[in-house]
Amino acid sequence: MKIKTFGRHSKEAFKNIGRNGWMSFASISAVTVTLLLVGVFLTLVLNLNAFGDQLEEDVEIRTFIDLTAEKEQQDELKAKIENISEVESVTFQSKEEGLDNLIDNLGDQGEVFESLKDENPLSDEFVVKTSDPQDINRVADQIKQFEYVENVEFGQETVNRLFKVLEISRNVGLGLVIGLLFTAMFLISNTIKLTIVARRTEIEIMKLVGATNWFIRWPFLIEGVLIGIFGALIPIGVLIYGYYFLTDLISTRYPTFFIDLLPVTPFVYQLAALLVVLGVIIGVWGSLTSMRKFLKV
Amino acid sequence: MIEMNDVWKTYKNGIKAINGIDVKINKGEFVYIVGPSGAGKSTFMRMMYREEKPTSGKIIINGKDVGKMKNKNVPKLRRDIGVVFQDFKLLPKLTVYENVAFALEVIEENKTVIRKRVMDVLSLVNLKNKARFLPDELSGGEQQRVSIARAIVNNPVILLTDEPTGNLDPDTAWEIMNLLDEINNRGTTVLMATHNKDIVNSFRKRVIAIEDGLISRDEARGEYGYED
Ligand SMILES: Nc1ncnc2c1ncn2[C@@H]1O[C@H](COP(=O)(O)OP(=O)(O)OP(=O)(O)O)[C@@H](O)[C@H]1O
Ligand SMILES: [Mg+2]
Repeated sequence: MKIKTFGRHSKEAFKNIGRNGWMSFASISAVTVTLLLVGVFLTLVLNLNAFGDQLEEDVEIRTFIDLTAEKEQQDELKAKIENISEVESVTFQSKEEGLDNLIDNLGDQGEVFESLKDENPLSDEFVVKTSDPQDINRVADQIKQFEYVENVEFGQETVNRLFKVLEISRNVGLGLVIGLLFTAMFLISNTIKLTIVARRTEIEIMKLVGATNWFIRWPFLIEGVLIGIFGALIPIGVLIYGYYFLTDLISTRYPTFFIDLLPVTPFVYQLAALLVVLGVIIGVWGSLTSMRKFLKV
Repeated sequence: MIEMNDVWKTYKNGIKAINGIDVKINKGEFVYIVGPSGAGKSTFMRMMYREEKPTSGKIIINGKDVGKMKNKNVPKLRRDIGVVFQDFKLLPKLTVYENVAFALEVIEENKTVIRKRVMDVLSLVNLKNKARFLPDELSGGEQQRVSIARAIVNNPVILLTDEPTGNLDPDTAWEIMNLLDEINNRGTTVLMATHNKDIVNSFRKRVIAIEDGLISRDEARGEYGYED
């Protein structure tokens, strides 16, 4: 397309938006609300995911070994555990190391346990990691059946609950966003339908005198794209500023906050780019929908 | 120039508008299309610029099979055919000049060409002095002249006019006829669907009568032949 022609189409697109002022405003608002929610939702999910990954890394099965097991039987047990296909690594931790860890973790209060060093109440254990944290339940069940296993322990409840919450929030958010995307698309396609109806004589003449189909379509397509981009502006501003503010607040006021947020850059810029792309997609989709129905070229 | 072989047209709603038409129209002819209301005159012409596709049969315009033509080639076909309607179809917010120039702008003609051609055609239709007027400020005859100017500004080889005098008083109708005659004398093939008995009978040209979607009469210097 020639630059001059593109200029003409853009001018027409702006004129169209101005002509249906209120409908355009409604469409832009719908895109704004949608993208704002998409943005907030993505920020949450991506951060939760990162947090989940972090947690998953830490997920391990502590297999306590029966006190009666000799070295030989311990090795046998280790081999059996390693044979489970989902298992990634098995590390032995003696009861002495276990106690040391415990004392370290408890800090000052740990000193009371120092006296236990002679009569260590803990067991030797294997620390088992699975390649996929989702398998942890099944692997733990299997290990429990083995001989000389006194007990298994893992952050079962926490892990399960976290996965549930992640999944539910992902699904609810996704449903909400999809619904909103459709609403925004529908409003845009309605706005453009109004433009098409308002310009039907013009379109009819263009067809009659032999304007190409794309020449006729472009202004409507650009109109949709513009609505999408305008709709993305406020959400981008709010999210960049809001995220910056939040990370700043957390790092200065609550430095020990349990979740590490994703770093501001490049996260916000990626998010901004994504929102613009989404806005454009909704816009193009909306205009294509109404062109297909009403333009008939 | 224009050739139809056994052309049939059934609309989606089942109405059979054209039922087997064979016709040949040569370059430079002036042809009236007459016949009762609903006979299929408009359908006949609409198929020529692919506003409608024939259900079967062959329509050849300028050597090209219009019925089989791909959609993307339709714009090119239409640049060779000018079309004028009873209701003018002018854009009310554009001036006379802009209305005519519009036809060239949307096919991406360059500015200097547009300027020259629009001024030429406005002087042909005798509206140079009203170039800056809006359609509302013109009489019916003048508005029709603008719409004719727009139809021929791209120098089409064929001009299709569907009841161009339908909304005009007799004097103004004659004025339009003289204009169409002049356009025809410059070499453009002109087809005119009309119910105007006086014009057809006194301005003798080839007459093709269509009844029930069939050509019932085709005479070189024919008469209108109906009582209305
Ligand atoms: N777009 C359409 N869809 C369905 N039927 C149509 C359509 N256009 C015309 N028809 C039908 O086709 C038949 C022929 O119509 P057409 O408009 O060609 O007649 P006409 O000779 O031009 O009539 P008039 O003199 O009143 O303009 C009529 O029965 C009409 O109702
Ligand atoms: Mg008709």
